[in-house]
Amino acid sequence: MSDAGHASPAVPRRRRALNLAYLGLVPSWLLMGFALLMPIMIVAAVSVSTRGAYGGFDWGFDLTGYRQILFNEGWTGEMEFTPQYLMIILRTLLLAAVTTIICLSLAVPVAYYIAQQPARRKSLMVYLVTLPFWMSMILRVYAWMIILGKDGPLPRFLEIFGAPQGLSLMYNDGATLAAMVYTYIPLMVLPVFASIEKLDGTLIEAAHDLYGNRWVTLRRVILPLTAPGIASGAILVFVPALGAVLEPILMGGGKQMMMGSLIQLQFGGGRNWPFGSAIAVMLLVFVMIVLIVLARRAALNEATT
Amino acid sequence: MSRRHDVKRYPGLGILSVAFFTYLYAPLLIVVIYSFNANRITGVWTEFSVKWYGSALNNSALMAAVETSLIVAGIATVVATTIALMAAMAIIRGKNLRFRRLSETVVNLPLLLPEIVLAVATLILFSLIGLQNGLLKLVIAHSAFCTPFAFLPIRARLQGMSLDFEEAATDLYAPRWTVFRRVTLPLIFPGLFSGAMLAFLISMDDFITSNMLASGGTTTLPVYIFSLIRAGTSPELNAIATLLIAASLVLATVALTLASRSAREPN
Repeated sequence: MSDAGHASPAVPRRRRALNLAYLGLVPSWLLMGFALLMPIMIVAAVSVSTRGAYGGFDWGFDLTGYRQILFNEGWTGEMEFTPQYLMIILRTLLLAAVTTIICLSLAVPVAYYIAQQPARRKSLMVYLVTLPFWMSMILRVYAWMIILGKDGPLPRFLEIFGAPQGLSLMYNDGATLAAMVYTYIPLMVLPVFASIEKLDGTLIEAAHDLYGNRWVTLRRVILPLTAPGIASGAILVFVPALGAVLEPILMGGGKQMMMGSLIQLQFGGGRNWPFGSAIAVMLLVFVMIVLIVLARRAALNEATT
Repeated sequence: MSRRHDVKRYPGLGILSVAFFTYLYAPLLIVVIYSFNANRITGVWTEFSVKWYGSALNNSALMAAVETSLIVAGIATVVATTIALMAAMAIIRGKNLRFRRLSETVVNLPLLLPEIVLAVATLILFSLIGLQNGLLKLVIAHSAFCTPFAFLPIRARLQGMSLDFEEAATDLYAPRWTVFRRVTLPLIFPGLFSGAMLAFLISMDDFITSNMLASGGTTTLPVYIFSLIRAGTSPELNAIATLLIAASLVLATVALTLASRSAREPN
């Protein structure tokens, strides 16, 4: 066998010395491997394990965790279809989707308006959009508990228009939605603004010169060109909204659960780890689907524009 | 160009934007106003008072939670920023690096996964290996999910920076480590700083993971606030909230001012 390193003088011999750059990656791989990748694999394993006698779980293979999403074992051991957890999953998908749509329909006009402002006012407005993100999440949800709760400003205001006294707007899906839109909207405005700002103004003028009215220009010029920003804003809102925990717990009360608060409940009291893990795995699958579909579309848009 | 004929202008956006900013800030303002209410019941206004601030500052459970949060966030920030800096140097500056994309994805993974899933995952892991120390559990988990927040600004800064200075230093026979310490580090400092600020903020704000991993004596601030909320709204809680809003305001203003100043500086 000839020495491959000397085979061709045209190709410089690759240095076999240790590449120092790899050393820089070691700590991050160690931390993420230990605190992220390994735990995720353990969750997947627990989701197909059996429930422990005293909470927790026992290793083994058993699909009860997943079966419990749709079926409940009756008194005599027969499996009954119980849609309650399916309803929670559907509510999660629906609330996350509605949150994203509301955030989007508010963010596009606001971001467009901000982008039109003179430089100084523009940076002030971007600062004002960013600021709530620095405020504690739990406090922003709490603020909505005050607003919607009994004796809160909004029920009081509605009393003027004949709403019953002592009205509470809390503990329903609408309250959860209000808090979700409020907490996630800065995450939508910023990427949408960034892509509107990059928009070439002459294209809008060209559309107008070609007799496109404002609506046509918006639909056929502005929106397609800001699609990458819209896609990344949608990811930034939809993904955390799917995993929301605080909003359903505090605003929805015990009855209006979402997947996040359901997982929290199954682990919080050590009730049913395999079932909680099964829900967690499903949540993870939903997030992966969103990321693959939206991120691929965003990448495609980025490449073609 | 006259305003009316400006084709880029859409009518009604100004009013909508004013409404939007009102919506963004009114809830915070309401909490601040209620914190000055003398009445024990939040929604019923009696008179102006600052007594709840006194009782908040004398609340030893609150102060213990603040202390726990500061310790965890402080350590997690140092760990996350260091790891993020090393990873960013390797990923952006490393030559002939294999697994570059994969490493970047792994560092950013906490951003893509729902926090509740990570929280229960680490809970199971720690219970399997029998890790008991509450503070250590929190520090490990927080370091992991804070790393991408530190990584992104550092990476952006490194990527946007010209290699000229580093190459010039190398040409002048500066050893690698000296180039890093005397040239690269000062140049990426704004990115490093905003990354560290973000990591600190994310750790201070975390509820889901801290609540999942909390054991006696390691109650963080958001977990303590959650327990107060569970007990019902109270003016003391509003006072605590107002103090926190004020603290965030100062922190955010400092961070954002420094960030925008460094963005304007030529490289």
